[in-house]
Amino acid sequence: MLTKRVIACLDVRAGRVVKGIQFLDIIDAGDPAELAHRHAAAGADEIVLLDITATHEGRGTLIDTVKRTAAQLFIPFTVGGGIRTAHDAEAVFHAGADKVSINSAAIARPDLIGEIGASFGAQAVIVAIDARRNPDAADPIAEAEVYVSGGRKPTARRVVDWAREAEHRGAGEILLTSMDADGTRAGFDCDLIARVSAAVQIPVIASGGAGNAQHFVEVFSTAPNGGKADAALAASIFHFGITDSWALKRDLKIAGIPVRL
Amino acid sequence: MIQVIDYKAGNLTSVVKALHFLGAETHVTQSPADVRNATKIVLPGVGHFRATQLLHDLQLTEATREAIARGVPFLGICVGLQWLYQGSTEAESTDGLCHFGGACDRFPATYEGELLKSPHVGWNSLEDIRPDSRLLRNIAPGSFVYYTHSWRAPVSADTAATTTYGGSFTAAVERNNVMGVQFHPEKSGPTGLQILRNFVEL
Repeated sequence: MLTKRVIACLDVRAGRVVKGIQFLDIIDAGDPAELAHRHAAAGADEIVLLDITATHEGRGTLIDTVKRTAAQLFIPFTVGGGIRTAHDAEAVFHAGADKVSINSAAIARPDLIGEIGASFGAQAVIVAIDARRNPDAADPIAEAEVYVSGGRKPTARRVVDWAREAEHRGAGEILLTSMDADGTRAGFDCDLIARVSAAVQIPVIASGGAGNAQHFVEVFSTAPNGGKADAALAASIFHFGITDSWALKRDLKIAGIPVRL
Repeated sequence: MIQVIDYKAGNLTSVVKALHFLGAETHVTQSPADVRNATKIVLPGVGHFRATQLLHDLQLTEATREAIARGVPFLGICVGLQWLYQGSTEAESTDGLCHFGGACDRFPATYEGELLKSPHVGWNSLEDIRPDSRLLRNIAPGSFVYYTHSWRAPVSADTAATTTYGGSFTAAVERNNVMGVQFHPEKSGPTGLQILRNFVEL
């Protein structure tokens, strides 16, 4: 049976994993390669490394970090942050990534999705969408808006429409982050995720709001209120030993969610 | 020395890295002579079936056929497994090796009335492991391996293990020295490394 994936996310700045607490203080959570291996050994199904500074100056550091992290990592490894061209993607693949995650650059130039897919296959292209509900709309989810530039710039594009377009342009997966839920540890935005998951035929990775095992049960659930996600991503809950993936997945299995144990 | 065939289809680096981790020596090649004289061959691959056209263009198909006929162990991964069949509906004009009968087909959009997402991405379990499989020696039924693909090979007498997604498909195929896996052993954690080790130690 196909299992639900638990993905550990490493936010990297200048070669170190960092985590913001309540959007203010950035604290150092360690070396990316070391943490990736620790997560893999602790049962994570995949590793995502996001370069949150993604400056041109930082590019060399990122490639080196990707190389070191990929060196002995034998589970799927995705890299995102600042990938603007097929050439950028190629450098990351050659450094050892299996997939790239593209966000602002895909909105700016949607052809990029197909360009990367043409060389490396659709399965290697994840389109990341940062989504915010539209509280003024009659249907805040149908009118949920895509944001870019690390959530700073609204695009006036509807989330569901953009997810569909990304699929048609050849994305292999959608990584959907709820900006409303992100950082709250109060649970995923299951309504938003379920709506996007139903709108596309490709897998949807839920992100934003993970705080405990019950939140993962809810986001994976196919019940009417469930998130219907194919995978779910979390960062901070893993970094400081709050829980590891094996412990989390044992709880999920008890709740009837198919997982790799 | 394992000859790893390079036909510009993606996951070559990851496969080579995993083989090195296991202590194997590899040589990446596009040369028919290397393949013809090989003692062991790995054909990686991920992405589109049309990439295998390069194998014909570089005269690697005939070289592979000759090596296989000599009994050289051969492992195809993902598209590399699919190439062992007659072809794939993904690229109708590109023939496979035709070592195994049948062709690869896309997952249906629906299965038993339910929508079926495609690609099939993630960790799924190995079932019906054939007890005589050398590639899957010491692999327990139900072990999880990582998949990412939209086309799959039919189940036949040569199937060494199956996986269920939109029905049953060939997870691994094996007849004598010719083997293939639809999943990515280089990305399947300890289970995947064990499978590669089994091949390295043949």
